[in-house]
Amino acid sequence: MPNFIDRRLNPKDKSLGNRRRFLKRAREELKRTIKEQIKAGKIADVDAEHRVPMPERGVGEPSFQPSPTTGERQYVLPGNHEFSPGDRLPKPSARGGASGKGAGTGESEDDFQFVLSRDEVLDLFFEDLELPDMVKLNLKESVAFKRRRAGFAASGSPTNINVGRTMRNSYGRRIALRRPSRADVAAIADEIAKLEAESNTGGAHQKHIEALREELDKLERRRRRIAYVDPVDIRFNRFEPQPLPNASAVMFCLMDVSASMGEREKDLAKRFFVLLHLFLKRRYKRIDIVFIRHTDEAGEVDENTFFYSKQSGGTVVSTAIEEMLRIIEERYPAREWNIYAAQASDGENSAGDSDLCVSLLHRQVMRLCQYYAYVEIIDERETEIFGTTDNGTSLWRAYRTVDSEWSNFQMTRIARPSDIYPVFRKLFARQATVQLRTERR
Amino acid sequence: MPKGAASNLLFHDSDWNFETLSRTYDAIETIALDELQLDVYPNQLEIISSEQMLDAYSSVGMPLMYQHWSFGKRFVFEEHLYRKGRRGLAYELVINSNPCITYLMEENTMAMQALVTAHASFGHNHFFKNNYLFQQWTDASAILSYMEFAKKYISKCEERYGTSEVEVILDSAHALMDQGVFRYRRPPRLSSEKERERARERLEYEEQTYSDLWRTLPPSPDGESNKDAERDASERKKALNLPEENLLYFLEKTSLILEPWQRELLRIVRVIAQYFYPQRQTKVMNEGCATFVHYTIMNRLFDQGRISEGSMLEVLHSHSNVVFQPSFDDPRFPGINPYALGFAMMQDIQRVCTDPTSEDRDWFPEIAGSGKWRETLIDAWANHRDESFILQYLSPALIRKFRLFLLTDDAGDNYCEVASIHNERGYEAIRTALARSYDVAANQSDIQVVDVDLLGDRHLRLQHNVKNGILLDEASRDATLRHVRHLWGYDVSLAGVDAETDDVLYECSTAPTSE
Repeated sequence: MPNFIDRRLNPKDKSLGNRRRFLKRAREELKRTIKEQIKAGKIADVDAEHRVPMPERGVGEPSFQPSPTTGERQYVLPGNHEFSPGDRLPKPSARGGASGKGAGTGESEDDFQFVLSRDEVLDLFFEDLELPDMVKLNLKESVAFKRRRAGFAASGSPTNINVGRTMRNSYGRRIALRRPSRADVAAIADEIAKLEAESNTGGAHQKHIEALREELDKLERRRRRIAYVDPVDIRFNRFEPQPLPNASAVMFCLMDVSASMGEREKDLAKRFFVLLHLFLKRRYKRIDIVFIRHTDEAGEVDENTFFYSKQSGGTVVSTAIEEMLRIIEERYPAREWNIYAAQASDGENSAGDSDLCVSLLHRQVMRLCQYYAYVEIIDERETEIFGTTDNGTSLWRAYRTVDSEWSNFQMTRIARPSDIYPVFRKLFARQATVQLRTERR
Repeated sequence: MPKGAASNLLFHDSDWNFETLSRTYDAIETIALDELQLDVYPNQLEIISSEQMLDAYSSVGMPLMYQHWSFGKRFVFEEHLYRKGRRGLAYELVINSNPCITYLMEENTMAMQALVTAHASFGHNHFFKNNYLFQQWTDASAILSYMEFAKKYISKCEERYGTSEVEVILDSAHALMDQGVFRYRRPPRLSSEKERERARERLEYEEQTYSDLWRTLPPSPDGESNKDAERDASERKKALNLPEENLLYFLEKTSLILEPWQRELLRIVRVIAQYFYPQRQTKVMNEGCATFVHYTIMNRLFDQGRISEGSMLEVLHSHSNVVFQPSFDDPRFPGINPYALGFAMMQDIQRVCTDPTSEDRDWFPEIAGSGKWRETLIDAWANHRDESFILQYLSPALIRKFRLFLLTDDAGDNYCEVASIHNERGYEAIRTALARSYDVAANQSDIQVVDVDLLGDRHLRLQHNVKNGILLDEASRDATLRHVRHLWGYDVSLAGVDAETDDVLYECSTAPTSE
């Protein structure tokens, strides 16, 4: 009889560990590939699986292999149609040999692509990017506490008694004070019983029994005096409340949707927002997104409307900032939420409003926000002119003053899809020293 | 499950359950043991899913395997091909162990499960148990527990010494896996205790017979120093048992820099390589035997009316897929299909035994017309490997059927020449050349340890015996040599020596100054 075993319910993914080891080995190369793919303008696809070619370096498995371009060989092949001995066939290509063995079996492992899961991609993608100020914010923002074990205490509630510790102390004390053990007492009692049972009633015998009784009495008194478990033995587990870092974040996307923002500008802005969203998603358990669009008035909208619907009108940026402040007050108290804001604009603003924006930022927004990123989308032709200078649109110039004063404010310009990733990296690059927001009061 | 009185069928539709599996197994077993007189290990059939099959693939087909990144690489490769539909998974996987473990895929239909059972649990199983190579070189009853030991041992090493420490040793050992088998002599079977015992005895003997006089012999005059050096060399070679073809074995036993656990890792890799070596030498026979067995058994079941016509058609369909041999100019041509060649040869032996032509009587006087095809096949399965099997049994009729021809290819020329075709003058040459192409030992580069002076500079000298002018691929050769150096700890050099003329064709070394 055969032995049937159903293995289907066995844990799957036996190869997962091997796969992880392989990816670790190829990490550098995979990272480069992913970055290139993302630079090539597929940012909306970041949050998905990726195909990557087999890395070349680091994962070779060399062995002594015969070189195909040397020596004499013989091949036996099936399917002769018209050849006779002495016929000469030109060699098919530089690869030598008329596809003897190995042509099909070795199926080159180099030119195939394999799939990295979404998580693996994001891990590679966001490696060595860090959220500014995230953990370093003062602890009063933490609202949740968790009890953590912290050694032992001599007082506490009975539920927290540490039995092991207590008994250890008790044992040590009993030894130190020579508390008679139950076995000692029992031994003497036994002896008395034995002696009493004997019929011998001589004086010496009685005396011996008396002495033993006395001894027994002493032992028992001693046992009563020295407690088995004394209050001084008792130890309790001690717990300390530990603040938990705030684990939820809200991300505000602010965008100018006036007529001056065309499809191209919106597309670039969207890519930036998508990246930011993904990035925050890696760091926080819970993340809300609020989309605020504005022309000369601002409103909260859903994602689809935000990116795709058209609206016309002037441009008053401060309305969006005011709307954001209103929503923060209403739904996202800064004590409980980590607040991130990203603003995308082409930099146009109605006259005089830029100053209002700056004062709003100075006075309120920057105190509330973890981080505020301003991305200005400019024409490709303008990159040469504005690329590095401080000149530019009214909004840009106004924001320079904010930038210089707040370390958690960042601004940058984008002209091409390929700019976005480097800019993103620049904005979130791990900084050596980060100033605390609270120092700037 | 009550069977219909009128129907003798083992199963009715394509779904399988354990009852039909077991019933079919019994029917197959009866035919295999009573009619084909096969001799098999007890069987263990395990049902697995396709993911588990992929897992098994990537860990060289062992149910238990240690962890290494290269298996992960293989896994993503196989998975990719599978997902793209470029390669189907095998229907079955069989392990040379006692009991013999066969994996059945859960996706298979019942007809396929029957086919696979006959193919693997009886065909391969019989071959594993009876073929002389497997009997002599592998230990079927010990392999699973050995693999379990290996896996545990390696993960323990990883815990103790760090994953990367273990990995570098395994990397180097894997690079030498092809050079990690004994080809001509049986692996030494002494247990370590016996070995220690022997070393102790030898030491005792030397102590007893030690004479200080010999040490004080005057140094030889100059004229003889050359001769002395030669004698020294030959003596130390003898002491180290050189030349040694098994590089991993040599490094494991002799390397001066390896820790005991590192030696054990080398040993594990070497044992696995040795375990698979017979399989590589018997690809054609093994598959041919299994295919012949399943074909015979399934036909027999059909004749007995125990499987339906529909199921039989399904079986035949996959059978003919398996034994399909595209011709050399076909874009699908992957080389000679071992299933096709093996199956055809075994059917051909059956034909020669029962219904020979006069040509067969000339070529195979011993078996032609004897009618004893079962005995002939069972004898061949037991006593041959691919090379000798082809040399012995490839018939002219089969050469004509496959329309085989022989092509010679000199790397210096820009053409290939047709040397022989399937005619009277060519049969012998084709048969010999085909047999040689299955001689694994002759086709692998022959690299041996030839000399090392353990008391001197410890420079390890390897020699590549070049046959037919086939050199090594330089990039991978140098990379592999670095792995040897890593395990040896001192410089290593490799010299290519023509096997016929003794000319040195190339030399390379890991020493920085020599090149």
